Amino acid sequence: MIEVRDLVKRYGRHTAVDHLSFTVEQGQVYGFLGPNGAGKSTTMNIMTGYLGPTEGEVLVDGYSMADEPEKARRRIGYLPEQPPLYVDMTVTEYLLFAAELKKVPARARSGEVKRVMERTMLADVAGRLIRNLSKGYKQRVGIAQALLGNPEIVILDEPTVGLDPKQIIEIRALIRALAKEHTVILSSHILAEVQAVCDRILIIHHGKMVAAGTTEELERQLAGTTALEVTLKADEPAGRNLLRRVPGAGAVSYRPGAAEGESTFRVESRRGDLREKIFQACAAENVALLGLRSAGMTLEDVFLKLTADDGAREELPVSGREEEDEAE
Amino acid sequence: MRAVYKRELRSYFTSMTGYLFIAVVVFFIGIYFMANNLYYGAPGFSTTLVNVMVVLLVAVPVLTMRSMAEERRSRTDQLLLTAPVSVSGVVAGKYLAMVTILAIPMLLSCICPLIIAANGTSQLMSDYASIFAFFLMGCVFVAVGMFISALTESQIIAAVGTFAALLTLYLWDSLMQFLPDVLSNVLGLFSFSSVLYNFAYYSVFDVRGVVLYLTLAGLFVFLTVQALQKRRWN
Repeated sequence: MIEVRDLVKRYGRHTAVDHLSFTVEQGQVYGFLGPNGAGKSTTMNIMTGYLGPTEGEVLVDGYSMADEPEKARRRIGYLPEQPPLYVDMTVTEYLLFAAELKKVPARARSGEVKRVMERTMLADVAGRLIRNLSKGYKQRVGIAQALLGNPEIVILDEPTVGLDPKQIIEIRALIRALAKEHTVILSSHILAEVQAVCDRILIIHHGKMVAAGTTEELERQLAGTTALEVTLKADEPAGRNLLRRVPGAGAVSYRPGAAEGESTFRVESRRGDLREKIFQACAAENVALLGLRSAGMTLEDVFLKLTADDGAREELPVSGREEEDEAE
Repeated sequence: MRAVYKRELRSYFTSMTGYLFIAVVVFFIGIYFMANNLYYGAPGFSTTLVNVMVVLLVAVPVLTMRSMAEERRSRTDQLLLTAPVSVSGVVAGKYLAMVTILAIPMLLSCICPLIIAANGTSQLMSDYASIFAFFLMGCVFVAVGMFISALTESQIIAAVGTFAALLTLYLWDSLMQFLPDVLSNVLGLFSFSSVLYNFAYYSVFDVRGVVLYLTLAGLFVFLTVQALQKRRWN
């Protein structure tokens, strides 16, 4: 449905999007995940034709956003980070205007506005000025606007930012419901949200795609790196030294919070099960082993690890290889 | 384009800007008309319009300042520029809405020559030609204002910048005196207010001037489209 090819966006010297490529298939909810400033909004602005890319291209249903923008844009409904609302209009006026702008035929317009208002539960504020609506309602007006003309693809940029918990739940339920008829792409810097709503996740960091796949796939890709949490009766340097020398041990990281005289480490395995080797190493050095338990990678670990700025990224799946395999 | 035109026009009347613009222009046309034509008995309404030109220098920036700047500040340009309409359609819709507002006081002022005619000698042809020229001049002002508004997010900067630009156009001929002959011969071709003077003082239908006004208006509308397009690619 959407094909993004080798997208680059530079602002002067700053590269906001760096050779990004991916494909969006029909009928799924895609989540763009990344810390603030990762290039999510820029990517979405380019996909919807608001910004032009420095290099690369976006194809929507085979129509190039650069060469046939009107055909491509007709297929996309977009809610930008800040909903594009004219606050001096009422909800109905605004939606009628947006419907005309999106070339909904005059006869179908009021029916279409009614449909999206029902969808987004706006009927009881239909006659109110947008200026006077709460943030949650404004967001819903923004979503309603994106649904006008029944586009195949709905792109939502951080749809739940600034909402209270009840509103967040409502908007998430709405997004799930939308997924039955539309392909939905949303962005978020909140992992739980993406995990709750999306079928597929694209993790973006510094304008690059660092991982892509379903939640399970992302967790499974990291299953090779099993990790253990080890508590020793030793101080930090001694414990770290000991664990580093264990054959097959990968990165060793200190976990603060252990009791006096004890220290806890997270040890990643390069090959196989390390438990026995750690036990033997401790026995050989005469250090008491107080705790040993496996620490699996959750999606949160994956996210934190992929978006951490210091090293240790080479073992992880890079630039959506998973995605390409499936496309073939 | 129609959707944008209708929305803009309505917004000028819900935000008071439209009423304010029309009221101010009509008020000053009325004052000068009363003083020149009714009190001192000058037969030509066209000379009155020359006086009103100064009012447009202030009133037009108020009309145009929010046209593009406010869209950008409130991010509603994201709706317009991601909709399946062309940028030139959006700009044309906005421009025509502002020109429509400008046309309202112009239409009202069409009554003035008739009032003169009813009370004595009048120069109807010359007066209506001058109203036409004055309207075209306003169209150039609006295009300049819209272009400057497209360059900034701030309405204040747009308004002040537009005023400065319009004042420069107004003073164009006088400024030419200070330039060396070579320059002033070329730049003098763009002599702006002299077109209106030709209509008003000499009762000449200045075709060259009409072409100049239309060209300048078209140029600034075109530049507005380019300014919006350029922002995309920055």
